[in-house]
Amino acid sequence: MSSPEPAVHHHGPPQGFIRKHIFSLDHKVIGKQYYGLALVAVLAGLILSWLMRIHLGWQNAPIPGLGKLSPTGAPGNVMTPDYYLSLMTMHATLMVFFVLTTAPFAAFGNYLLPIQIGAEDMAFPRFNMMSFWVTFVSFIVLILSFFVGDGPPLAGWTSYAPLSSIGGIAGPGQGTGQTLWAISIAIFCVGQLLGSLNFITTTLDLRTKGMSLARMPLSTWGWFVTSVIGLLAFAALLPACILLILDRTAGTSFFSSAGLVVNDQVLPHSGGSPLLWQHLFWFFGHPEVYIAILPGFGIISTILPAFARKRILSSRAVIGCMVSIGFLSYMVWGHHMFVSGMNPFSAVLFSVPTLIITIPATIVVLLWLGTLYGARMRYTSAALFCIGFVSVFITGGLSGFFLAQPSLDTYLHATYFVVAHFHFVMALAAMFGIFAGTYFWFPKMFGRMMNETMGKWHFWLTFIGVYCVFMPMHYLGLAGNVRRYAAFTDNYLAPLIPLHRFISIAAFFVGAAQLIFFFNLFWSRFWGPKATDNPWEATTLEWSTTSPPPFDNFGGRHLVVYHGPEEYGVDSDTLEYVMQTSPQQIKTVSGE
Amino acid sequence: MASTTKVPPHTPIAPDLTSDGERVIGSKLRVQSKTTAVGVAHNALPAETGIWVAVAAISMSFASLISALIVRQGVAPDWLHFQLPRILYLNTGILLASSVTLEICRRGFDRRPEFSGKESGNDEAASCAFLWLCATMALGLFFVLGQVMAWRDLAAKGLFLSSSPSSSFFYVLTALHGLHLLGGVAGLAYVLYRLWPGAGLQQRRVLGVASVYWHFMDGLWIFLLVILASRK
Repeated sequence: MSSPEPAVHHHGPPQGFIRKHIFSLDHKVIGKQYYGLALVAVLAGLILSWLMRIHLGWQNAPIPGLGKLSPTGAPGNVMTPDYYLSLMTMHATLMVFFVLTTAPFAAFGNYLLPIQIGAEDMAFPRFNMMSFWVTFVSFIVLILSFFVGDGPPLAGWTSYAPLSSIGGIAGPGQGTGQTLWAISIAIFCVGQLLGSLNFITTTLDLRTKGMSLARMPLSTWGWFVTSVIGLLAFAALLPACILLILDRTAGTSFFSSAGLVVNDQVLPHSGGSPLLWQHLFWFFGHPEVYIAILPGFGIISTILPAFARKRILSSRAVIGCMVSIGFLSYMVWGHHMFVSGMNPFSAVLFSVPTLIITIPATIVVLLWLGTLYGARMRYTSAALFCIGFVSVFITGGLSGFFLAQPSLDTYLHATYFVVAHFHFVMALAAMFGIFAGTYFWFPKMFGRMMNETMGKWHFWLTFIGVYCVFMPMHYLGLAGNVRRYAAFTDNYLAPLIPLHRFISIAAFFVGAAQLIFFFNLFWSRFWGPKATDNPWEATTLEWSTTSPPPFDNFGGRHLVVYHGPEEYGVDSDTLEYVMQTSPQQIKTVSGE
Repeated sequence: MASTTKVPPHTPIAPDLTSDGERVIGSKLRVQSKTTAVGVAHNALPAETGIWVAVAAISMSFASLISALIVRQGVAPDWLHFQLPRILYLNTGILLASSVTLEICRRGFDRRPEFSGKESGNDEAASCAFLWLCATMALGLFFVLGQVMAWRDLAAKGLFLSSSPSSSFFYVLTALHGLHLLGGVAGLAYVLYRLWPGAGLQQRRVLGVASVYWHFMDGLWIFLLVILASRK
């Protein structure tokens, strides 16, 4: 085995339908499977958010059909407060785990990372297939909780103990539903660990000739850093979930404190620590935020130069910032716990790195803005979503400054201010990254172009809509509106109900605007105009192959890389570009 | 190597210059191949990297559990101190011995004719290596069996999973380590079954990968034993 052939692709092109499309070892198929899973999950999460918004705007409005889904949760089609919390828990769990983790990281990463580094497949195709199917099983287990016992858990996506650890006595959905939640997340961890293992090894071992680390596209860097974060974060969450399951099913007392009296019943647990769960969870949970957003960083940093037709201001700075964000993301988990009863001194200890982590984030944002400055932009849908990403990320980042201070957070904690913050900085930003990636890579993935007119309508309606939904939440939070309330009956909250109705209407509007996207996606998949190999005149390796790429990505060729990933505007007059695989020498124009 | 055999590997191939890249740039810039090619070792065996990634993830999981143990012991006075079953120390010896046998196996493997460069001779060494690998797996299984006996010992004393946080952590840590070790046995079985008959350099490297994992499990156990013994 001394031949220098890549030690990949032990498997030939599959023949049967099942090996080709279902239990496929091909990273491209697996990437699409992850994307499909994310689409299903995002649709479910969107419907749940609609149900919640209906309830928040109009407390006793019956929702036709809801009583069928859950006779106990919505008797007479009117949602109970408990069921509201259940829907909220499921909305968050679906969105954070099955959309924000799977779509930007697992879906795009699987599809594009091997191609962008010139590999034929992932390092461990079999693990890769298992990664998806394990994640799929985890999704099914989570969805099952809608149909068992009292329905889904109501402890939120953070599942704070002891609410989550003492079993069905804690409330509807806290029996079987919460157990299924914990099992589902534990399985999900396994799937993502397998995925991260693949991403890291592939990036380190399977780069083609000339593809040095510095020449990797920033999107690949994003996925690489994310996979390192994911590897350690999910490895920390998995044992926490196991302990939670044991607390629930085996009578241990890891998180359930002593002397609990719930529903007039004394519980047998001895001295467990609810705070311990919070520490374990947020040690995963905060890096998870960056698992959701760093692929977006990479995607934006790759797409933006392609439409600005110039290099990003400093790709090395972007790489450095992503790595330092990844590193710092492990030191800030306590900022979720300022009011948890944790020692106030440690609150300061967590506040400082939280403020420090804004520095690399700010640098990246400034680099994006600097790249936009003076660019002759091509305003495609993908480019618009990139700019939208920068916008919502800045908006969400700014509210982060307030929340990072323990003194301010004491007031703002668990209000709608926090809801606004994390939706902007994590959820929306990551979603905009997903949209940008979809519009940009759809031609490569499916060989057809998406409709630009629909794409632009989708962008503007979404962009305006999400600001209408989440901007007023800052005000709600400052006004003292606590999150996770199913109804606003207190005197001081009643005047805020009209604003909630406005948000609800805007949310219906934004959700409806997504139908344009779904329609565009499916229509273009079958009837869109055929895409050329390089419709955006981009430089990275995926554009050096056909659309869609052949089974082994490059048709048996072993590409050689000569340039960095963003040689745009090498001649400032023609905005011309040089592919990474092009052996041409680039003249450095002074002033570039 | 599906469909990759036609082209000699790493022949620089003229990239697709059919896009406008060629038209415009080609006229303005000299076509000159200049690259500081940073070749990545293409005979890399991904498992050799991947195993260290796996080691990192497993270390993280156990670090998470150990920190939970330390915190949990500190927050409440319900920590029941108990004597560790003595069989654990015998088990430790067994596991250490298994690492030794695995190393003997690897050395025997390296003495095979195709690696030692000698014309003839060491087929005996090869079959010895085979036996040493089987011995390693047997010792691994004995270790797991010993752990089960340790659990029975504790259970006989009335210490179950939910009796006390100390016993909870004992069962969880030993069970998870045992499961990982069984995974190691399965890995060695894979080496034995798939790779032994036609063993070459690649196979030798896969054996190396398996032994990284095995020694890591060994070291992890020593670490866990120290924690459990000092915090029992």
